[in-house]
Amino acid sequence: MSAGSRRRTLRRLGGWAVGLGAAASGVVKLHAQEAAGRVIEIEARRFAFTPAEITARQGEAVTLALKAIDFMHGFFIPELNVRTDLMPGRVVTLKLKLDRPGRYAFLCDNFCGDGHEQMNGLLVVQA
Amino acid sequence: MTTMDRRQFLNLMAVGGGAVLASTLPGCADLAGSRKEGAADFYFVQLSDTHWGYKGPDNPNAHLTLATTVATVNALEARPDFIVFTGDLTHTTDDPVERRRRMHEFRRIVADLKVKNVRFMPGEHDASLDSGAAFKEIFGATHYTFDHGGVHFVALDNVSDPGARIGEEQLAWLKADLDKLDKAAPIVILTHRPLFDLVPKWDWATRDGAQALALLMPYRNVTVFYGHIHQEHHHMTGHIAHHSAKSLVFPLPAPGSQEKRAPLPWDPAAPYRGLGFREIDASPREPSYALREFPVVRS
Repeated sequence: MSAGSRRRTLRRLGGWAVGLGAAASGVVKLHAQEAAGRVIEIEARRFAFTPAEITARQGEAVTLALKAIDFMHGFFIPELNVRTDLMPGRVVTLKLKLDRPGRYAFLCDNFCGDGHEQMNGLLVVQA
Repeated sequence: MTTMDRRQFLNLMAVGGGAVLASTLPGCADLAGSRKEGAADFYFVQLSDTHWGYKGPDNPNAHLTLATTVATVNALEARPDFIVFTGDLTHTTDDPVERRRRMHEFRRIVADLKVKNVRFMPGEHDASLDSGAAFKEIFGATHYTFDHGGVHFVALDNVSDPGARIGEEQLAWLKADLDKLDKAAPIVILTHRPLFDLVPKWDWATRDGAQALALLMPYRNVTVFYGHIHQEHHHMTGHIAHHSAKSLVFPLPAPGSQEKRAPLPWDPAAPYRGLGFREIDASPREPSYALREFPVVRS
């Protein structure tokens, strides 16, 4: 995806995007100012992420474009030490470079109601 | 039953295969300066995660479990000094009226406990959707301290913030409270979520729990009792022991044992399997804590 089409995608998602330089360590590198390949749109709505499973290739740079619909959900990938709050209606982008293969669980870590415990998903990084 | 008799009774239960765990903490050897003359043994009961108002396949009998447990506690051989509920008294609901109705129902049921010294704490199901407002109206403060038998108890709230933070204000309150204590004082922390990162991918953690543990670390005799994970679990962070309690609604899988934290299937042939409560026999002079696990219904 070109930089122009990625910007159009982000505008379509919610009008504006925030690049996060959130604390990160381990296998993921965040490059807030760096173009990050494929954009993966993820919607957070009580009590599910859609899609709930996302797949990438080892070494791939991706941008997660996260948008909460109905609550200040959290998005947390514990094994990658990546998390952010999701303000309803806004798109939050997380730029990741996925250096190691694995299955990384993610979850909403802001208690959002009866069903919160099932609001989780999986990032699969294929070798 | 005298306290000494009671300790002997517990020891006998352990010898006979009863579910007794003695949590003896390091640092006892230099306790002489902090020992309180006359600090006699006592015991209390921990109940957790009753989820009053839950309706679902994971426990179709959930409406019966709490009252049954109250009867079992009332029938204990010796009456505990006090009882503590470590959170998730009620199952969450978006409706503020229904939330309060469940809390009042819960209060009415536990009013049948013969022991009237009962301490309540919130879980995320009680408090996270309204920052603890309903809980405070009906049960009182979400964090507090009290002293009993020479032990200093601190109830920490890590659930009124939906993001599972204790928060700077409460951490400052904790520090001010601890500053008043001798480093060898026996301290028990009561809380809902684990203060350490047990299984973060299952939301079994407290986001700023490490800050609380850092404040507690200089104190040599600290033990934590908590709930949230619906099973008995024991863990050490340095010299601090952490003991989680079973729930009274449905059991959850062992920490990290599977991809998702789905409740264990309910078995109509054993409707109370995996549920229960514990009594804690405290010996402040050592200090040590002997734990004994009980099922909802005793045979």
